[in-house]
Amino acid sequence: MTNQSPILAVADLSVDLGGRSILRDVSFDLYPGQLCALIGENGAGKTTLLRTLLGLITQRAGTVLIGGAPAREHRELVGYVPQKINFDPDLPLRTRDLVRLGLDGQRLGLPFFNGRTRYAVDQALQAVGAEDFADQRVGELSGGQQQRAVIAHALVRKPRLLILDEPLANLDFGSANALVDLLGRLIVQQKMTVLVTAHDMNPLIPVMDRLVYLVDGRAATGTVAEVVQAEVLSKLYGYPVSILHHGGRILVLPDAPENADVANMNRCAGHGV
Amino acid sequence: MFAFLSSQPVQTALIVGSCAALVSALIGVFTVLRGNAFAGHALADVSSAGGAASFLWGISPLLGFLGMAWIAAFGMEFLGVRKARERDLATGIVLGAGLGFSALFLYLDVTTTSTTGAAVSVMFGSLFAISRGLIWPAILAVLAVFLLVGLFYRPLILTAVDPDLATLRGVSPRWMGLLQLLVLGLAVAVCALAIGAVLATALLIGPAGAAIRLSRRPAQAIFWAMIIALTAVWLGIWMAYESYYWFSGNAWPVSFFVVVLIFLFYLLAMLGSSWQHKYQRRGITSLRRLQEP
Repeated sequence: MTNQSPILAVADLSVDLGGRSILRDVSFDLYPGQLCALIGENGAGKTTLLRTLLGLITQRAGTVLIGGAPAREHRELVGYVPQKINFDPDLPLRTRDLVRLGLDGQRLGLPFFNGRTRYAVDQALQAVGAEDFADQRVGELSGGQQQRAVIAHALVRKPRLLILDEPLANLDFGSANALVDLLGRLIVQQKMTVLVTAHDMNPLIPVMDRLVYLVDGRAATGTVAEVVQAEVLSKLYGYPVSILHHGGRILVLPDAPENADVANMNRCAGHGV
Repeated sequence: MFAFLSSQPVQTALIVGSCAALVSALIGVFTVLRGNAFAGHALADVSSAGGAASFLWGISPLLGFLGMAWIAAFGMEFLGVRKARERDLATGIVLGAGLGFSALFLYLDVTTTSTTGAAVSVMFGSLFAISRGLIWPAILAVLAVFLLVGLFYRPLILTAVDPDLATLRGVSPRWMGLLQLLVLGLAVAVCALAIGAVLATALLIGPAGAAIRLSRRPAQAIFWAMIIALTAVWLGIWMAYESYYWFSGNAWPVSFFVVVLIFLFYLLAMLGSSWQHKYQRRGITSLRRLQEP
């Protein structure tokens, strides 16, 4: 793993927006076949970090290298799934059309029928299990189906790095598990690198290799075992926190003011309450 | 029928009207997709100032409409608009300023050149009074619009779907927005010439709005918008021509019939799509009921 070159290399990244410092000295590397979760609460800077990686925001300091080159030059290596696109129910665009735009949406001229394009689109639809609604209007689909359509749009060019912004928000348990499954397949079968933001890491634990934990614009990075520790996170939050392990799930809780109840809570968690 | 088709004003009206119908249907679909209907309306209204000025200075009304529409398009783009609310604000401000100039030029038309019909003709159109010399410029404008939209078809659709996704595919939403406004200006000029600056919106938005409800693909929406727009314009011209006999020698204006027909088609499309939705939903629930044990 280590003798490979990283697909994404972020070094000392600092980003300001509207005069406010949003990210400070964020550094991490991702290698092919890794799934990295970018965890943080609302307002921690997750979306800003993603948009900087995509070259949609310019950083104040630091570098972002994708496949060894600045982010803007290697856009074809990146697939992006935004958090929510508001598709109008009347939008005359089938799922299939949306996916095709991911392949040749930048081309000039009219989109004539093309066997190779059709094949690539069908493959992407199949990869996300969207064949059933391939010919329906995107605006008529459920939230989970729309998300799969946008993922197919991102996958159709076979990117090496797939970036998803809060893909698990607004999904029911079944759809969330199906999505985690799909991401797991992509990293194993296609050696794709996946970067996912989430405010709750628990659903991703079965598939994730690495973690970037953002608090207030600062980041701790490493494996789950390295990052999710009381000392590391307490330093990041600037406030003592406890880590509760329960049935394979991990919960991060701020300590009670007097620190008196924490021992009690740990005991409860230990007993599976 | 033969008398109708052999009349020279009718022939000109049919050609220029068809140009307006085709061009507005094409660009109208993109305008409605991007939620730009208000900007389209504003461009059309502001272009009336150019139409009024063209009477004053004796230049081609098509150039007048086009020049003013483009100035307004640049104005809106220049006033810098990111959020939807700011966009509406900038559009409204440009619209107000443009109509002020329109008022001035129409006033000067009446006082200095004694062309009393100018106001009605600029604002509400007079398709039967269009000079034959405008046929070729109108056709050229249509060809330019078709060429540009055909060339940038996919980037325009991608930008309408989501600007971020467009940026990641190397398409600049800013340039696409400007291109769309410029092409919209061309379409507005032809429409304003045909049915008047104020009523041009009806042709730009109506057929596209109706077609979008009936279609699942952009190309399909454009096709239906063209059919609806052409039908409305042709029927409108015929009805206006015949209305001379209906109302004992007082023919009603073409623009009126065209606009009413478009409105009717839009209502029909709305009814059609809501019926379609109801039917589909019932289909889904009955399927669910089957799956439940």
